Amino acid sequence: MKKILCAVLIAVMLLTFAACKSTATIEFADGDQYSEIGGELNVLNWGEYIDPELIEIFENETGVKVNYVEMTSNEEMLIKLRSSDSPYDLCFPSDYIIEQMIREDMLLPLDYSKIPNAKNIDPKMNEFTNVFDPGAKYSLPYMWGTVGILYNTTMVEEPVDSWGILWDEKYAGNIWMYDSVRDTIGITLKYLGYDLNTRNEAEVAAARDKLIEQAPLRKGFGTDNMRTSMINGKAALALIYSGDAFAAIDENEDLAYIVPKEGSNVWYDNVVIPKTAKNVEAALAFINFLNDGNVAAKNTEYICYSTPNKAAMDRLGEEFTEDETYNPSEEVLARCEVFHDLGEFVEVFNAAWSKIKSSN
Amino acid sequence: MKRKYFAYPYIVWMILFIVVPMIFIFYYAFNVNGTWTFRKCWETLTDVQKWRVLLVSVEIALGTTAICLLLGYPIAYILSNMKKSVAGFISALFFVPMWMNFVLRTYAWSAIIEYAIPDLFNMTRSMTATSTGRTIAVLLVLVYDFLPFMVLPLYNTLSKLDKSLLEASRDLGANGKTTFFRVVLPLSIPGIVSGITMVFVPAITAFTVPALIGNGNYSLYGNVIDDAFKINPEYSIGSTLSIILLVFVLISTLIMNHFDTDKEGGSIL
Repeated sequence: MKKILCAVLIAVMLLTFAACKSTATIEFADGDQYSEIGGELNVLNWGEYIDPELIEIFENETGVKVNYVEMTSNEEMLIKLRSSDSPYDLCFPSDYIIEQMIREDMLLPLDYSKIPNAKNIDPKMNEFTNVFDPGAKYSLPYMWGTVGILYNTTMVEEPVDSWGILWDEKYAGNIWMYDSVRDTIGITLKYLGYDLNTRNEAEVAAARDKLIEQAPLRKGFGTDNMRTSMINGKAALALIYSGDAFAAIDENEDLAYIVPKEGSNVWYDNVVIPKTAKNVEAALAFINFLNDGNVAAKNTEYICYSTPNKAAMDRLGEEFTEDETYNPSEEVLARCEVFHDLGEFVEVFNAAWSKIKSSN
Repeated sequence: MKRKYFAYPYIVWMILFIVVPMIFIFYYAFNVNGTWTFRKCWETLTDVQKWRVLLVSVEIALGTTAICLLLGYPIAYILSNMKKSVAGFISALFFVPMWMNFVLRTYAWSAIIEYAIPDLFNMTRSMTATSTGRTIAVLLVLVYDFLPFMVLPLYNTLSKLDKSLLEASRDLGANGKTTFFRVVLPLSIPGIVSGITMVFVPAITAFTVPALIGNGNYSLYGNVIDDAFKINPEYSIGSTLSIILLVFVLISTLIMNHFDTDKEGGSIL
């Protein structure tokens, strides 16, 4: 009797293990076939920035074992990649960091013969991406968006059209700023009428003082946590990326997003291969995989950030393509610009940021 | 003589994880991208704002230690006068939460402060909306986190107290109050000293609690160091700040040791 029981238990356990083996598949838009590559692929990406099912599909298609490591800021990523034994084959930095990485010769030029799906990238993205990576030699856009204000319409009654509302004492303790040096100082520079990429110390100092002045009004410097806070109605206003705003509005319809009239930042998170990459073949295959129309559509539906992939856009519903937050109009983009690598001047920004952060 | 060999693993451990990191900190403090310079170090030393944050951190750490002592002493005293079995059970209630990860508990507190407390007291804004509210919230969570570190050494000292001394004190005509202040309190000083050290040092170096509870809007010295390493690609500023804190902790420990006349508390030096 005991033996039978034992056998049954083992059988159940084996079945459970078998069931755990993923069977996720996807139909590729262009009927692509992936050959067996094998080995490991070490990916460094932002948190919650890929549909985990896609990783499984890629592993099943190519036999590559994907090790996915998350980061919380561009600066952190740069420190990780600079380390002499960096294992990463693929990462997803933002525009200005890519410009810096190109300058420091940290990136491998992309071999487009291995990325046929690169044709799916919307050519209208070039206007912005050429600024930091001319001719997309080293990077392909992965996600993009704007920076703006997410606000709760039940708490904020007046129309929101200026960054100035983030300094309105009526909303003391209800204002979230972004825990990122370039974004938070950048929009303050814009509010004061300066250039987002200024190299003028006095202008940065003015922005710094403006943000120190904001300290008593501020709820905090958040990242992913402020999305939850906004959805739950725990704050009135948040400086946020359009993708997070789009996801938050989806969960709480009292929320709304705008890009203020003073102008803002349009940002790109691109995929790049560091020079230290070990498995370049798998990295290129992964980039090609991500740019498949169906894959990119599934990914953007999961992440809620805007896709630069035209083939994916064609597959998305109106709730995406007709949404001003997800797909900003030409008129909004006209007042947005990308961040530039500041070179040595970034120290001035860092020193200002350190003062702002410790001004409680 | 043979006993000396047992110390070798400890010496290796000390060199690897205490001495070597210290050398790194000193190296990075005075070395910017491969060149020796005092410039960054001097800039950091003369930054008034950083010193102001250190002052706030000292205040918060002293506050935490004082509250822990005021709360912890009666708890330890009551526990030490209980039957061993009951005391064991109650102190288990105290220490079981410590088995859970510290960051997880801090996250739980962040939810309590952000959601539960405002709902309970019908507050229109969360507790962390004002600077005072944030200070109170950070203090509250620090006290919660470090209270067991105060209670444990106090309980150890108080439960080992020779009960015949208390009887002698009574025999000689002292009332309960006098016995406590003239006999119990002086005899428990080693426990108080090690309790204070065990709370003050982690409290002044805390950075998870202010970061999570203060929503990144409340900086203690630990956060300033954390930011310095995260924002700047070179480690000079962060290392200099670490040295300042190190010296500070060292001085405060020396001061505490001065009070520990019996030299038997769990002080770190």
